[in-house]
Amino acid sequence: MINIEIDGKLVETERGSTVMDAARKAGVHIPHFCYHKKLSIAANCRMCLVEVEKAPKPLPACATPAAEGMKVKTHSEMAVKAQKGVMEFLLINHPLDCPICDQGGECMLQDVAMGYGGAASRYTEEKREVRPKDIGALISTQEMTRCIQCTRCVRFGQEVADLMELGMAFRTEHAEIMSFVNSTVDSELSGNMIDLCPVGALTSKPFRYTARNWELSRRRSVSPHDGLGSNLAVHIKNNKVLRVTPVENEDINECWISDKDRFSYEGLNSAERLTKPMLKQDGKWQEVEWQAALEYVANGLRQVAKGAGADQVAALATPHSTMEELYLLQKLMRGIGSDNVDFRLRQSDFSADGKLAGAPWLGMSVAELNSRDRFLIVGSFLRKDHPLLAQRIRQAVKKGAQANIVHSSDDNLLMKVANKAIVAPSDMVGLLAQILKALAAEMQASAQGVENIVVGSEAAAIAKSLASGERAAVLLGNFAQQHPQAAQIAVLAEKIAALCGVKFGYLGEAANSVGGYLAGAVPGAKGMNATQMLASPRKAYVLLNVEPELDCADPQQAMAAMQAADLVVAMSAFKHHAADYADVLLPIAPFTETSGTFVNTEGRAQSFKGAVKPLGEARPAWKVLRVLGNLLDVAGFDYDTSEAVRDEAVDTANILSSLDNHLDVALQGVAGAGAQGLQRVADVPIYAADALVRRATALQQTRDAATPCVAMRGDELQKLGVKSGDMVKVSQGNASVRLTACADDGLPAGVARVAAGHAATAELGAMFGTITVERA
Amino acid sequence: MLSEQIQAQVDRELKKYPADQKQSAVMAALRFVQDEKGWISNDDMADVADYLGMPRMAVCEVATFYHMYNLKPMGKHMITVCTNLSCTLCGALDTVAYIESKLGIKMGEVTADGKYGLREGECMGACKDAPVLTLNNKKICARMSKEKIDKVFAELDKS
Repeated sequence: MINIEIDGKLVETERGSTVMDAARKAGVHIPHFCYHKKLSIAANCRMCLVEVEKAPKPLPACATPAAEGMKVKTHSEMAVKAQKGVMEFLLINHPLDCPICDQGGECMLQDVAMGYGGAASRYTEEKREVRPKDIGALISTQEMTRCIQCTRCVRFGQEVADLMELGMAFRTEHAEIMSFVNSTVDSELSGNMIDLCPVGALTSKPFRYTARNWELSRRRSVSPHDGLGSNLAVHIKNNKVLRVTPVENEDINECWISDKDRFSYEGLNSAERLTKPMLKQDGKWQEVEWQAALEYVANGLRQVAKGAGADQVAALATPHSTMEELYLLQKLMRGIGSDNVDFRLRQSDFSADGKLAGAPWLGMSVAELNSRDRFLIVGSFLRKDHPLLAQRIRQAVKKGAQANIVHSSDDNLLMKVANKAIVAPSDMVGLLAQILKALAAEMQASAQGVENIVVGSEAAAIAKSLASGERAAVLLGNFAQQHPQAAQIAVLAEKIAALCGVKFGYLGEAANSVGGYLAGAVPGAKGMNATQMLASPRKAYVLLNVEPELDCADPQQAMAAMQAADLVVAMSAFKHHAADYADVLLPIAPFTETSGTFVNTEGRAQSFKGAVKPLGEARPAWKVLRVLGNLLDVAGFDYDTSEAVRDEAVDTANILSSLDNHLDVALQGVAGAGAQGLQRVADVPIYAADALVRRATALQQTRDAATPCVAMRGDELQKLGVKSGDMVKVSQGNASVRLTACADDGLPAGVARVAAGHAATAELGAMFGTITVERA
Repeated sequence: MLSEQIQAQVDRELKKYPADQKQSAVMAALRFVQDEKGWISNDDMADVADYLGMPRMAVCEVATFYHMYNLKPMGKHMITVCTNLSCTLCGALDTVAYIESKLGIKMGEVTADGKYGLREGECMGACKDAPVLTLNNKKICARMSKEKIDKVFAELDKS
């Protein structure tokens, strides 16, 4: 630590930190544009010039290392003169269009110009103009003329998104921020550039010209999408959500959010919103009052439970539902005598049920990911499934951590991968067994159950990497959790982690993947899990936020069960295909219109309030379930607030004690499963993962939302007589769809990658299993 | 794809740098492309980027930053006249005017037959010989009086 003096204040700061760091610590504001605490130092805007005693000229605070005894003056005559001079230069080419600028009111340049700008400009020559370029559906560069070349967006791409899509071409007064030859910006974190832009050069395309900054109220919320639980500020005007920005939380999302978190709000205002309860009478949908709809549901459930038995009633919910909703749903089901409730809709292996020591979670805090020195990431479409967790892992890798990947697809992870084993889904268990055996040899320990395994070079390299680390993490992604041998994968992963004494965790699929367990929304010993409920069709289903053809592990099976059921109650914020098979549609409130709690993947319970009133007659699902509980005479449904539900469901201060990744499952024979035929590898595309994001129009225009194609190895496509770009017929179970073929040599042999969760593939069967591809 | 010849040249260049810092060879690689083709197209930038494992935009930044990379065809013989201070004081503008009238093109243009291109250059570090011009960025011609310009063109016309 060293001591420096800023404007007469003594500050203690770390050796190696800058004058800017010290000033922030002392609470002294130094005007700046290009400086950002999360980005590298560029020192190109020169706005932060300050006077340093004994220095002959003003120095940029952001790039000047603090030295012992340094005396800095930020408001001396010299400093202010320099700052005003810089400001005058910055304004030379900046258009005077603040009145129509989207950034007006939250613009750093505007703010600093108030303090340091002149009342009039001395510049009378022509200002420069920069032609706008189309860089995609999310970010507008329409007013690139406003750019002051701070290069924050470029550095963000290089250092945080790790995908340099924007750059500064040309130089001097011709310098322009642009993408390479009109290519789009496709990073899943790109929206952060809008926040970073200190002026109105990069603006949000969906938000543009819908409101002025000072007309918006900001309400805090929590992302309902991935397992991270990013903290959000929901901006509203006239009871409508108009945009979403991050709320800084260093432990979770830092100061970033993914594009999914940022732009999914468009789904809230979608025309597909369900705003009135609806009943199907004589095959026709009719809008009814809540009372009538709820009584119909209560009667229907009561009849099925009485007539056919309570176990004929089943409830399915998505893990994007709040803890309160999940808790009340399971309480309701158990209240009427059914144990059939589940939220793990894409999971296909439930053999660990009843053998879990606690709720599966990340196994560490999110922030701890940054300090890992070895990773073994099993079965994860990391970047698309967990955009910001992936970002943390990339930061760790940049600091020297080794990433080891076991997966069925060799996606570009934008980081240096030390070792990877890309194998077909059926070989994944075998591969992990190899790693376990190799690791046992490295650690001179014994591993039971894998004696007969032959260790390949990839597994040996991964084991070696893990053994050489001190703070490793073994992480299971969505693909591993959805795998038909998920329990075996988890057992092996746990053993691998235990052998080298490191952390073992699950990358939570959705906002409430941990919370669902805590809420008890999983079947007990006599109940049916998500797969069983659909495999042996029940007479009545209650769906909470579920679109079965998109959210379930086996859409074919799910839809067959829905079609066959006597009563389907769809609680949904949107009108969806339930219209075809449901009997009642109950409009429920999405996350901005209800209070609730998400427990993120690190076990952090984050409660939030509704930001706006529910649209139309939609109501928070916890209230709907409360009324249903009362109508069905289930005891203990007299809650006044969602907080009361939460407090009954879980002790939020003491969640960690309920989390445990240990599973008491025996390792089975891990010899090759000997799968036959072509195996399906199904990712859930980033903008198809939940009902809300599927209706976010701008996100749906991005490249990540493009209609999925069938990806196979080039040589295997050739064998089928198919070229990249041809239409092929893809069949699974009793249905087939036509999709475009594309060659991907990063896939293992014998595998076809066909995304799930998308309308184009919704007629197909299970996410794992055999699939046939033939010439169309 | 970069031509085999360029690939060989880039490979030789890469030996000068650590294996994990291939981007150090970007300026050389762009130079090789320009030597072969006379200019650098967007596709060439993409090829260089892919070959060196760099983001395409990063190559574009370099190619657009440096004046001596041509972003459009500049003819078989590109004449670059220095118009910085020393050369201008010694008559560079007259040199430019004479070449322009001789070729019938303006600064930054190429003759219709694609033989000559004329562009403005920055200081070439040969002020004592002002005014100077370069041929294809390789050869400096000093003290360019009208007679000397005629001589240079007589040589070039032959080739």
